[in-house]
Amino acid sequence: MAKLLDRASEKAAAHERLDFDEGVALLTEGETHVLAALAHKRRLHLHPEPVVTYIVERNINYTNACVTYCRFCAFYRAPGDKEVYVLSHEQIGRKIEELLEVGGIQILLQGGHHPDLPLTWYEDMLRYIKERYPVNVHGFSAPEIEHIAKVEELPVETVIRRLREAGLGTIPGAGGEMLVDRVRRIIAPLKTTTEAWIDVHRTAHRVGMRSTATMMFGHAETLAERVEHMERVRQLQDETKGFTAFILWTFQPENTAMWRYSKLESHQYLRTAAVARLYLDNVRNLQASWVTQGARVAEISLRCGVNDMGSTMLEENVVSAAGTTYALDGPGIERSIRMCGFEPRRRNVYYEAVLS
Amino acid sequence: MRAAPAPPRLSVPAVFRTSDILPQVEKALAGERLTFEDGVRLFQSEDVNALGWAANAVRERLHGNVAYYLKNRHINYTNICKYDCMFCSFYRKEGQEGAWLWSVDQVLEHVAPYKDKGLSEFHIVGGVHPTLPFSYYTDMLRALKREHPGVAIKAFTAIEIAYLAELTGKSLGDVLKELKAAGLDMVPGGGAEVFADRVRYKVCRDKADADRWFEVHETAHALGIPTNATMLYGHIETVEERVDHILRLRDLQDRTGGLKSYIPLAYHPDFNRLAKLGAPSGLDALRNVAVGRLLLDNVPHIKAYWIMLGVKVAQLALSWGANDIDGTVTWERIYHMAGAETPEGLTEERLREVIREAGREPVERDAFYNVAGSEGARGNPS
Ligand code: SF4
Ligand code: SF4
Repeated sequence: MAKLLDRASEKAAAHERLDFDEGVALLTEGETHVLAALAHKRRLHLHPEPVVTYIVERNINYTNACVTYCRFCAFYRAPGDKEVYVLSHEQIGRKIEELLEVGGIQILLQGGHHPDLPLTWYEDMLRYIKERYPVNVHGFSAPEIEHIAKVEELPVETVIRRLREAGLGTIPGAGGEMLVDRVRRIIAPLKTTTEAWIDVHRTAHRVGMRSTATMMFGHAETLAERVEHMERVRQLQDETKGFTAFILWTFQPENTAMWRYSKLESHQYLRTAAVARLYLDNVRNLQASWVTQGARVAEISLRCGVNDMGSTMLEENVVSAAGTTYALDGPGIERSIRMCGFEPRRRNVYYEAVLS
Repeated sequence: MRAAPAPPRLSVPAVFRTSDILPQVEKALAGERLTFEDGVRLFQSEDVNALGWAANAVRERLHGNVAYYLKNRHINYTNICKYDCMFCSFYRKEGQEGAWLWSVDQVLEHVAPYKDKGLSEFHIVGGVHPTLPFSYYTDMLRALKREHPGVAIKAFTAIEIAYLAELTGKSLGDVLKELKAAGLDMVPGGGAEVFADRVRYKVCRDKADADRWFEVHETAHALGIPTNATMLYGHIETVEERVDHILRLRDLQDRTGGLKSYIPLAYHPDFNRLAKLGAPSGLDALRNVAVGRLLLDNVPHIKAYWIMLGVKVAQLALSWGANDIDGTVTWERIYHMAGAETPEGLTEERLREVIREAGREPVERDAFYNVAGSEGARGNPS
């Protein structure tokens, strides 16, 4: 093990590709400060400028009705529940107007798996948005797309093409959770398999769309399975080059069916972020998760491989339903970035600078 | 208890050999005492990972893999204060809305539910009340000792004690002797803020100055009362003033050996007159813990006070030089009134989990850093 660890550290320092066993060795045995320093070194190799980016974005959750019942989810309501909602076009429009007022350029548009909304409902929503507002729609996670394809009995590719024509810009990595079927069967038995998640992203990349990859960890997975998740993402990225960023966050057990799981705080978050930076040599950007970790840990992560602060959020229903309530606005994010010795820079979904 | 030189097999990892603080890292590893200039370099360096590695090496040499916590309760008996520190969100003036003062009976009522629950410590601090008589303080200590004989009492910052001397016209030694006779076991580290006159003049000019703070602690040590020391960082102080603060504590410790722990406290910005400054960064939190560990080679324990760092940063601090995370505190007002978002108490089980996630072994201690339940625990501080 010691030999493997040494080799892994040397390869990491030389910016060489790590194999699976080396990734596991680093995550399991690597000294925390060394991991952080190696990850920061890699980050500077990929992004030599002392800049940390962020995007002004808002979450819009168009419905909380969902028939997938993921055990880790505090957000969904079963169809028929009194608290079920579906947002109207006007409600969505108002939310976007609020975003535009603070200089926002993107919405993260996601929802539960509604049992009977047709594809045309989603197309109408996208057209309504795109005809009126200059925002990128980063929306519909792989499981939502797969769900719509099932409801319509259409191929995934057709659904993606039609959503794209209606205005969908890019696809978030949500629903990735842990790309290991053993774990998925425990935490979300009715949800998309690993293969299906990969397939949606592969298809999206093939038709020319970009997407992000996420990982939610700190529940039923082993350390090696975290690396397995990274490996799946890296393989697809070798094939398509379609991922713009990797985003990892810790499972928030409050108010979920998995409340008995003990919550990870920051130690594992930092180590896992550092290993992700080193392992995912072909994904350019690594986002901080200040929503689950708070501003103080997000700041620390900027010295552990992270180069992007993610987005400001006017509203974030999924994580806050699970009891996490960190808030950070544009000035707050910029202050955090500056305090850590970096220049803040606003970006778009493709990580290109935009004027603030 | 100067740290012994490192075992020879511990060498600086390759990734830190190009660090700008390599000389300081190597000195610390060799067990050499760091200078003022070294301290300034450490604070100024951006290489918080190399800094953390070195502080962690020293921390592990002193304490292995153990991280301490304790079962304690805070008693903030009054928030009425004759002073007006700029950074303070806690104090009120007499008669002002939100002001409180507990009678000795109310103090007892407040902690009655914790009787025989294995509590190790009461942590008692308050505002500097303008009209309470000295007997209030000694009565409170006596009553608590009577009702909770097994619980150590860590009470009254140097500021409160200096004021009691002023109030009674007695010497510090006599005040401390009487408090000790009434049940005082330990003096907390508060009121230190930043020692530099320039800073104190701007943020807390009316209360006891640095010399007086040191007099209180030195007198306590001479009477066999151990104390802690804090530094409130992240407001208007310079890096040099931080290092000066820490080195003054190191000098005190060389003279007396009475300091048990050093506790860097992050300034909390909400609801006080320095609010526009904003909170210091998470990196700064780790830096303060680590530099404290490296400079204070004669102070045994460095505390990551979770209630104000937040659980997450405190957990990381356990790898950046801290070996103690404080307690299962409940009813903490001072930082919560300044906007701390932490829960007011954590269960023992949760605290142990948090420590374990950091790869450390949780060990319950008593107020004097004896392992709880061991011989000597809850006995006389030695
Ligand atoms: S995570 Fe998504 S798919 Fe799963 S229950 Fe929640 S809303 Fe439904
Ligand atoms: S810090 Fe202490 S002395 Fe200063 S105002 Fe607050 S309570 Fe009073």
